[in-house]
Amino acid sequence: MKNINLKVNLAGISLKNPLILESGCFGYGEEYQDLININELGAVVTKTITLKPKVGNPPPRLAETASGLLNSIGLANVGIELFLKEKLPYLKKFSTPIIVSIAGETTEEYLQLIQRLNEEQIAGIELNISCPNVGKKLTVAQDEDKTFGLVKAAKKQTEVPLLVKLSPNVTDITRIAKSAERAGADILSLVNTFSAMSIDVETKSPKLGGILGGLSGPAIKPIALRMLWQVRKTTSLPIIGMGGITDSRDALEFIIAGANAIGLGTAIFINPQAYQGIIKGLKDYLSRKRIDDINKVVASLNEK
Amino acid sequence: MKNMLNCYYHMLQIKAEITENTELFAQTYYQLSLKVGEISRLAKPGQFVHLRVNQKTVPLLRRPFSIHSVGEKNLQILYKVIGKGTEILAQRKKGEFLDMIGPSGNGYKLPDGKVKVVLVAGGIGVASLYFLAEELTRRSLPFVVLIGGKSREDILCRDKFKKLNVDVMVSTEDGTSGRKGLVTDLLQELLPTPHSQLPIVVYACGPTEMFKETARIARKYAVPCYLSLEKIIACGVGACQGCVINTKDGYQRVCKDGPVFDSEQIIW
Repeated sequence: MKNINLKVNLAGISLKNPLILESGCFGYGEEYQDLININELGAVVTKTITLKPKVGNPPPRLAETASGLLNSIGLANVGIELFLKEKLPYLKKFSTPIIVSIAGETTEEYLQLIQRLNEEQIAGIELNISCPNVGKKLTVAQDEDKTFGLVKAAKKQTEVPLLVKLSPNVTDITRIAKSAERAGADILSLVNTFSAMSIDVETKSPKLGGILGGLSGPAIKPIALRMLWQVRKTTSLPIIGMGGITDSRDALEFIIAGANAIGLGTAIFINPQAYQGIIKGLKDYLSRKRIDDINKVVASLNEK
Repeated sequence: MKNMLNCYYHMLQIKAEITENTELFAQTYYQLSLKVGEISRLAKPGQFVHLRVNQKTVPLLRRPFSIHSVGEKNLQILYKVIGKGTEILAQRKKGEFLDMIGPSGNGYKLPDGKVKVVLVAGGIGVASLYFLAEELTRRSLPFVVLIGGKSREDILCRDKFKKLNVDVMVSTEDGTSGRKGLVTDLLQELLPTPHSQLPIVVYACGPTEMFKETARIARKYAVPCYLSLEKIIACGVGACQGCVINTKDGYQRVCKDGPVFDSEQIIW
């Protein structure tokens, strides 16, 4: 079939295909310059940026589990000033929309970050309110009211589409999603990693320096998919679905369940070129099903 | 070859054909040879390649392997079966392909002037030091090799090093080969009386305790010392910040800032 459309539009952000490289797994982009052609992607989301540089959590920061990866990085990043000066210029060389992920310890910090980013040519700002690896207190995304308050304040300041990244570590993700929507979020990204742990039985020690970490990879895919499907039923906002996607079948599951675009995270580590196979797989699927537009597959689950 | 920004590639992702995957000793040590094209030309001693041992999600992550030697468009890896990843790798056959990214990491910082080099290898740590030894030979720099292991079977590459016409000293913990004791005992004896007027530089690869002791001895004799570290690595390109170690300059990434570090920089 000719003329298959893979373009998607997320609240005004135009993507040439629905594939997005997700925050934390793609660094600042330049690390992958020999392996990934950013121009071939729908969008990229930067490493989460904070106001001040962050050194991150004590090592060890990684543990491998069955089809999963446990991490406790703790938002290690160069901080907004160095990011704007040294990291963002590289990403601007490409035609692909750049979404900058940010995190603050207070609403005020989020707002300061947004003000700095308003001076830049970027496609969107993602509020990371769901990193499981910073501090012992609950994340914003684990509380409906806090989510509402932060998103509302951020929306007032933001001049580009506002993305909100949701946590799976909640009783009912749809309530948080609704809070974010009521507060003015333009796009929902779900999900962040699952709070989890792993133990070395020989030493009886946690495998991670931070004891708890965030689980990603194929191990979480069915749960992430369930959450996406639930959120799709409660909102008409564009959704970026992610959680363990490694191939085009995984991607299609999320799209059928209701994702307008899909995010790749851990898959980048395993195969930086995975996106190429997924794009081809999506085209083959559409062609085989005689569908001319990927948008027609979004939220197309046959529910008897 | 240039990438999309018209810069020369430093690393590539390829499908590398296995030309040999030979058991060296009792299902423990193996030598793997791969057709790698351009990667062999780019590779420097101390760098690693990042391999997927299969196309499944268990194990999920790629595994880093020191480059043992390179030839014309081929590359060798020496590995020890220590877990699930290497068990699967040991089953892979000639003619099959492995997904490879490389060469990765910084490699050994080679000495500027005339020096005498001491290579300190613990067990499978010998893998990357042989590549370095070939480079030292090419540059006509004198060196000596110290190899240690638990037992006779853990002493690898002795003959290969000897073919480079250098002194090779061996120690084993059980005394079944060479001197009974640790390889760092050999270093401790060598450094005060190096039989050379040249300044000394130490390069080491092995287990953590060996690293700490090597660093301690090198400091005692005020000798520069470089260590090639190993960690669980996720991205392998410096993006995820997962493989950091603590150094005097803060957390540093083993995959990108290392795997080779100046021993004086490391905070153990």
